[in-house]
Amino acid sequence: MIRFENVTKVYARGARPALDAVDLEVERGEFVFLVGASGSGKSTFLRLVLREERPSDGKIFVAGRDLSTLSTWKVPHLRRQIGTVFQDFRLLPNKTVFENVAFALQVIGKPRHHIMTTVPDTLELVGLGGKEKRRPHELSGGEQQRVAIARAFVNRPSILLADEPTGNLDPTTSVGIMRLLDRINRTGTTVLMATHDDEIVDQMRKRVVELDSGQLVRDQSRGVYGSSR
Amino acid sequence: MRLQFILSEIGLGLRRNLSMTISVILVTFVSLTFVGAAALLQLQINQVKGDWYDKVEVSVFLCPKDSERPTCAGGEVTDQQIEALKTELESDSLAPYVKKVYLETKEQAYASFQKRFGQEAWAQGVTADQLQASFRVALVNPEQYQVVSDAFTGRQGVEEVRDQRKVVEPLILVLNRASLVAAGLAAVMLLAAVLLITTTIRLSALSRRRETGIMRLVGASNLFIQLPFMLEGAIAATIGAALSVAGLWFGVKYLVQEWLAQSVTFIQYVSTADVWRIAPVLVVVAIGLAAVSSVVTLSRYTKV
Repeated sequence: MIRFENVTKVYARGARPALDAVDLEVERGEFVFLVGASGSGKSTFLRLVLREERPSDGKIFVAGRDLSTLSTWKVPHLRRQIGTVFQDFRLLPNKTVFENVAFALQVIGKPRHHIMTTVPDTLELVGLGGKEKRRPHELSGGEQQRVAIARAFVNRPSILLADEPTGNLDPTTSVGIMRLLDRINRTGTTVLMATHDDEIVDQMRKRVVELDSGQLVRDQSRGVYGSSR
Repeated sequence: MRLQFILSEIGLGLRRNLSMTISVILVTFVSLTFVGAAALLQLQINQVKGDWYDKVEVSVFLCPKDSERPTCAGGEVTDQQIEALKTELESDSLAPYVKKVYLETKEQAYASFQKRFGQEAWAQGVTADQLQASFRVALVNPEQYQVVSDAFTGRQGVEEVRDQRKVVEPLILVLNRASLVAAGLAAVMLLAAVLLITTTIRLSALSRRRETGIMRLVGASNLFIQLPFMLEGAIAATIGAALSVAGLWFGVKYLVQEWLAQSVTFIQYVSTADVWRIAPVLVVVAIGLAAVSSVVTLSRYTKV
């Protein structure tokens, strides 16, 4: 589903590479934790998958597409197959929960009847049934993150990227979010989650990929956050 | 769904930046009014040229009874001299320049004088003998007045060669200068309009960064993201163009047709029909301005 072949990313000339010759393959339907200290290259990795950045060297394949030959005007089509969730939720404050999720479908031109059926289903799935008319500021952090996940998942992407989705949440709420991501993973969606949260990683026992200063230092199935801790 | 969504986005953007939208409308209004004024002045110039160059003739005035000019030393022009001048005017060498010649006798001059000024008290004492005969020469190309002038100035029996085009020429010059000034101001105002539209679109794009960021993330196409901004600019500019057409229409109607045309009657003026003729041009210019500004801005602020 995602394949990195010897990928290097250097932002400024002469600077230390953000990613250094990374080789990685993620299969369809996998759940992968991307761990590492701040500045280890996790965010760069996610940005490369989204093609917000292009690699300085190496090849990237996402959902069967070679990103190095993907033309700019086809990038939106790539992104329709990838859902993304962030630490800071990134919801639209002046729209309701329903409108926030529907927005993702409206802007890619989905017909109204499709939106009217899919959005309530998805809100039900993330456990927000009955809160369609609330605005983001009326919700708890965990609920806001559920809205963000619903928005990322409403178009049924084959890949879900999560950049520290529990970073702003307390441990109990985080567990709920992780259950949700696990449920989404079970529908066949590949989930790639960058995180600092060692408890969660240790609990979930999923594949763990560790980056350190841009280099891939560990790739362990059913792994834990860090052996050194 | 798409259209409705885009329309609501546009409405939102226009309202959120209301003061900027109004300033874009006003600047395009003023700049396009100058563009339109320059265009109307050019039309006016063409009209004056068309009207007058057809009518305008070179007049070869022949000596009256007591002229003090050296060429009139022999007294009033004789029939012989008239005959000689006529032959020459109709000769082959002048044929390429001269379209038509006719002789206006003293009596004819008197008749037209009476017709024009007969009512006036001062004109009552004028007799046919005080007036002079003249050749009226219509030229193929009115600009080649000099040829006729050179050929006849200083000839015995000719008092003066006068080009009537000289009467309109200052008017055309004034109109031309005015249209240049209008065009210059238009250029400055258009530049201001482009800069202002650019700034407005940029502000609008920045104030909706959050939305556009999410749109990019969930895979909205570039066009879909940029279209509301482009249309916002285009709509504001088109309203400005509409206002300028209205302004020019009222200007022509009340200043030219109902005031100038009543007080200075010897020329044909531009009409409101001419305003409608240039209106599409103004609208196209407005939309062009908005398009250029948005392409320049959006390529920087909402790129994939």
